[in-house]
Amino acid sequence: MKKILQRDETFYESIINKGYSRRDFLKFATYMTAFMGLEHSMVGQLVKTMETKKRIPVIWEHFQECTGCSESFIKSDHPLVADVILDTISLDYTDTLMAAAGHNAEGAKQASMKENYGKYILVVEGAIPTKDGGVYCTIAGRTAVEILKESAAGAAAILAFGSCSAWGGVQAASPNPTGSVPVDAIIKDKPIIKVPGCPPISEVMTGVVLHYALFGSIPELDSEGRPKQFYGKRVHDSCYRRPYFDAGLYAESFDSEEAKKGYCLYKLGCRGPVTYNSCGTTGWNNGVSFPIKSGYPCIGCSENNFWDNGPFYERLENIPGMGIEATADKIGKIVLGAAAGGAAIHAVATNIFKKKEIDENIAMGEINEQNLNE
Amino acid sequence: MKTVTYNYKRVYVWELAVRFFHWLTVLSLIVLVITGFIIANPPALNINVEATNSFWFGYVRLIHFSAAYILIANLLFRIYWAFAGNQFANWRNFIPYTKKHWQNIAHVLKVDILLMKDKNQKLSNISIGHNSLAAFSYFLMTLLFFLQAITGLSLLADTSGWWFPKMFHWVATLFGGDITTRYVHHILTWLFMAFVVIHVYLVLYHDYIEARGEASAMVSGFKFVRAERIKQNIKNFVDKVKDQMNKGSENANIENEDE
Repeated sequence: MKKILQRDETFYESIINKGYSRRDFLKFATYMTAFMGLEHSMVGQLVKTMETKKRIPVIWEHFQECTGCSESFIKSDHPLVADVILDTISLDYTDTLMAAAGHNAEGAKQASMKENYGKYILVVEGAIPTKDGGVYCTIAGRTAVEILKESAAGAAAILAFGSCSAWGGVQAASPNPTGSVPVDAIIKDKPIIKVPGCPPISEVMTGVVLHYALFGSIPELDSEGRPKQFYGKRVHDSCYRRPYFDAGLYAESFDSEEAKKGYCLYKLGCRGPVTYNSCGTTGWNNGVSFPIKSGYPCIGCSENNFWDNGPFYERLENIPGMGIEATADKIGKIVLGAAAGGAAIHAVATNIFKKKEIDENIAMGEINEQNLNE
Repeated sequence: MKTVTYNYKRVYVWELAVRFFHWLTVLSLIVLVITGFIIANPPALNINVEATNSFWFGYVRLIHFSAAYILIANLLFRIYWAFAGNQFANWRNFIPYTKKHWQNIAHVLKVDILLMKDKNQKLSNISIGHNSLAAFSYFLMTLLFFLQAITGLSLLADTSGWWFPKMFHWVATLFGGDITTRYVHHILTWLFMAFVVIHVYLVLYHDYIEARGEASAMVSGFKFVRAERIKQNIKNFVDKVKDQMNKGSENANIENEDE
């Protein structure tokens, strides 16, 4: 009974009930407003929303995954872990974090889904295997495909949290032995918000849920289904090392003087120029750092199919399906060589096979040359 | 050996607009390939300067993008000219949609590529403008040029403040992200380089075999055509020249002294 009562609380009540001060709450609201990319005047509106609106129930499904996304989520510094998991959003089912287990857990999920039919947000972590009837991921004896379809039926929106549920991730990387697919390959009739990353930035989920509470709609998505506020820019375009890039100052190897000086990691295969994420602006671990800041090139973990676009520390990736060593430049050189070689062979052959024609031309020209007027 | 010397006449084949297009393409292509490879793999110029005082890589990118816009504008102009220009510039040359086109392609493949003997020796088989195979290859290159342009614009879209490149953001979505898009852009560069090698070689080949100004035609605009292929109605011809002279228009192609 207590659980159901809790679910009827507003965001604000749940936070205060947990022992946080109103000051904490206001700080959180201000932070989230900025994070969602809203202007300062929206703080009041967000505060009001959280004071008056009922918490939005969230069901969190785990399929083929490493739980790294959950790990990233509970390590969120803004707001504190407990705020997010237990208060800010009402997390009704997440088999990793909830206290209940077995039939109790499944029962709680079924109850919540029934009670909040059409209102809850479904978070999916991990890809969904489809090969051989989906047997490669089963929970409580049911396949991931089956569970996903059931949970998605009553969802208001689906949040594909992490690269696996957004793109397929490492499971779907070549040769994809279990036939893994992302959420949007199975569910077609629900709004799907992709929050890719390996792991994604945890505040993005809180931001999306609060945006939904505030406006009653999902945030604006880009052409690939990612919320624009968080994935509108390339890491490269918000990177603090960008001046080194434009100045042409690059680290050539990891142990070099240039690497120590913090030069651009472009030549060490940094995927910043092709990766959309907000690492450069929000940072990780409470904004302390992000990979590039720690001297490590971006591997493009929030991009589709990033596993198959290796090696990570080289500018040119392999061509999928053409062997490990086949880079574009190697193939290009072969094509160019073949063109030049073909031309050379053709030139020699021309002199052999068209000899008669050439000789005739020359003979004609010589006659004319000898009969010039002057 | 039976030797005959033929009479040739000068025919204005490539108009100024076509030649201008050709050489502007050459120039921008050279700039784009060089800057493109620098962008793909910048040389190690780790000179001991502060980033504040240096911007050379930024300028390389600026030159690359500027040259790309020139190439795109140039290409759009050429498409316009495919409808406005003379018979050799017309779009109908470039798409093999008739039996005649395919017959010419077969002829060129046989005689010029496989170097087989031409038994018929038909004059009409020698193309005055593009032969159908070459023209078709330019058509395919145009398609690749457009693919190159839209992949490039798509990569530029997010950092550009202009609506034009932003229009092509969907290309990266289509290819499943910037990684693949950049890759396609890079591979196409090699195809253009291979095309240049083959194209230049075949121009030289035709000039060598036919000796009728194949190479210089892209400078002067004129090619030499056997006199018997030109209508010999001198009276009409002279009248027309007089008309043109009276109008004060450009020099007519009246050279008749190639014997």
